[in-house]
Amino acid sequence: MSTLEIRGLQVSVNTDAGAVEILKGVDLTIKSGETHAIMGPNGSGKSTLAYSIAGHPKYSITGGTVTLDGVDLLEMTVDERAKAGLFLAMQYPVEVPGVSVSNFLRTAATALRGEAPKLRTWVGEVKDAMEALKMDPAFATRNVNEGFSGGEKKRHEIMQLELLKPKIAILDETDSGLDVDALRIVSEGVVRAKEANNLGVLLITHYTRILRYIKPDFVHVFANGKIVEEGGAELAEKLEANGYAEYVGS
Amino acid sequence: MSLLTTNYLTPTGREEAWRFTPLKRLGGLHDGSATIGNRQSLILKEAVAGVKFERISRELSPSPVESDDVVIQRVREGATNVATLTIAPNTEVAEPIFLARAVHGLDTAELSRVRIELSAHSHATIIMENTGDAFIAEDIEFVLAPGSNLTFVSLQEWSSKSTHLAKHHAIVDRDASFKSITVTVGGSLVRLLPSVEFVGQGASCELLGVYFATEGQFFEHRMFVDHAVPNAKSRVNYKGALAGQGAHTVWIGDVFIRAAAEGTDTYELNRNLLLSDGARADSVPNLEIETGEIVGAGHASTTGRFDDEQLFYLMSRGIELSDARRLVVRGFFNEIVTEIGNCDIQDRLMNRIDDELAKAGS
Ligand SMILES: Nc1ncnc2c1ncn2[C@@H]1O[C@H](COP(=O)(O)OP(=O)(O)OP(=O)(O)O)[C@@H](O)[C@H]1O
Ligand SMILES: [Mg+2]
Repeated sequence: MSTLEIRGLQVSVNTDAGAVEILKGVDLTIKSGETHAIMGPNGSGKSTLAYSIAGHPKYSITGGTVTLDGVDLLEMTVDERAKAGLFLAMQYPVEVPGVSVSNFLRTAATALRGEAPKLRTWVGEVKDAMEALKMDPAFATRNVNEGFSGGEKKRHEIMQLELLKPKIAILDETDSGLDVDALRIVSEGVVRAKEANNLGVLLITHYTRILRYIKPDFVHVFANGKIVEEGGAELAEKLEANGYAEYVGS
Repeated sequence: MSLLTTNYLTPTGREEAWRFTPLKRLGGLHDGSATIGNRQSLILKEAVAGVKFERISRELSPSPVESDDVVIQRVREGATNVATLTIAPNTEVAEPIFLARAVHGLDTAELSRVRIELSAHSHATIIMENTGDAFIAEDIEFVLAPGSNLTFVSLQEWSSKSTHLAKHHAIVDRDASFKSITVTVGGSLVRLLPSVEFVGQGASCELLGVYFATEGQFFEHRMFVDHAVPNAKSRVNYKGALAGQGAHTVWIGDVFIRAAAEGTDTYELNRNLLLSDGARADSVPNLEIETGEIVGAGHASTTGRFDDEQLFYLMSRGIELSDARRLVVRGFFNEIVTEIGNCDIQDRLMNRIDDELAKAGS
């Protein structure tokens, strides 16, 4: 049983014109097995929240705390956070030229498990994970995300989620850019990971479609750098119908 | 032993061709003050069918194409014979041909002339392994007859005390193709001048290279591709990494498309990865075009540091910073190193690159 606890998180981004405050005090608690959806307008700071929990160097934490099972995540390096059980499926997964998917996955698994996986079982593990996401085995020899279509990148993220078995996963718009079939395939991957590892999920999305597959226990409305309303799955339906006008104070 | 005596125009450092090179570190190869020994280090490691390797006296060897490089002029004056490797016509040499220099002598300089001749419609891969303590000036000429095909891999894995100056000049005839892969990871000062001269239509060349300079090392790669005939194709792609105080690399890519060279297709690229402060990468692509009737001509040059987004992505999967950097650097070089097509050498080089990176403490 794990708990990711975010308290009063304030984050700014460093720009040429100085630091700009983006997150203005975020409070959120995610436990194993729970699914939290975050919905909110463009530019409201959802990716900033995801990246700053994962430790992206572009952001400065100016206040608040983030802990995983009581341990301070903000003091850890990016890889230490992953080792502590955190996973971020990125909105825009990064291309790494010259590094093959299979080499990347094996290096990551070795780092996370503390020893190199046995070659015999590992090959099968990767093959199964790729099959489950309906990825062509040829992807294993391709360079990480290089030349992948938008949808292929997202499948690759969820394939890693299943393979690397974190405790808490943040999925930043994993559903964006997916066709209807891919949305189902990717969603099923997330549900499998939840069932297999009692994963806690923070799912950032603009659409209710994905929530039909991955049922949220909680829905949070994010606007202007903080959570402005919380509710159950029904809140998502309301947002889809009415938009965010009442939250952005226009 | 002898001293070179002819009066050449000794470079001052102001000449375009010498402006980046630290002349003081050439051990007198440029001004004639170097003491010349009579070492002849080049060997053919194993005899191969269809391949002839012999030393031919200078008088009996065809004259090389003129060079305005003073060091090369001195090599031609000083070297009395030419190590000559010939591939018989219509021969396809399946296995790579290994040439090697394992030198141990820094007190006197070696002047070496080499001629590699591919007869019509022959195909071969030659791998030249340079190791040890060297003080050497080398003049290699490749002559590719029509329809021939050569891949030449030159590995500079010298000790950190070595000085190596070389011209690698290829004369490429009709429908022949020349591919060179230059790897420079060792030496105190290495200056290589790869050049290609197309003399028949439909000829092509691919000049690839990787280099990794650490503290105090100077590596210069200065190429010249001369498109003098129509419908020839050239590609240049060099990638380098630098780390440590005083690491300095120079890449110059001169491509000349003469008026007669209609239908030319050329592209050159140099990318440098700066892994620490105190290192300097000079990169100068230069394209001179005398005809507009070409298929394509372009160049690009970039010098940058580690990409934070790449490191973040890898680290967010649990990979430590040092391992993430190693993956990125290996990935950076991978595209060219895999072109060597020999797993043992590729593994050796990748391990060497890991070591250089570790040594640089980055
Ligand atoms: N380097 C920067 N300089 C200035 N503003 C920045 C910088 N980086 C991010 N921002 C701003 O931070 C705000 C939050 O961005 P973020 O990516 O977190 O939004 P988001 O909620 O994920 O939006 P979307 O739904 O479009 O993905 C945006 O207004 C963005 O322009
Ligand atoms: Mg976003």
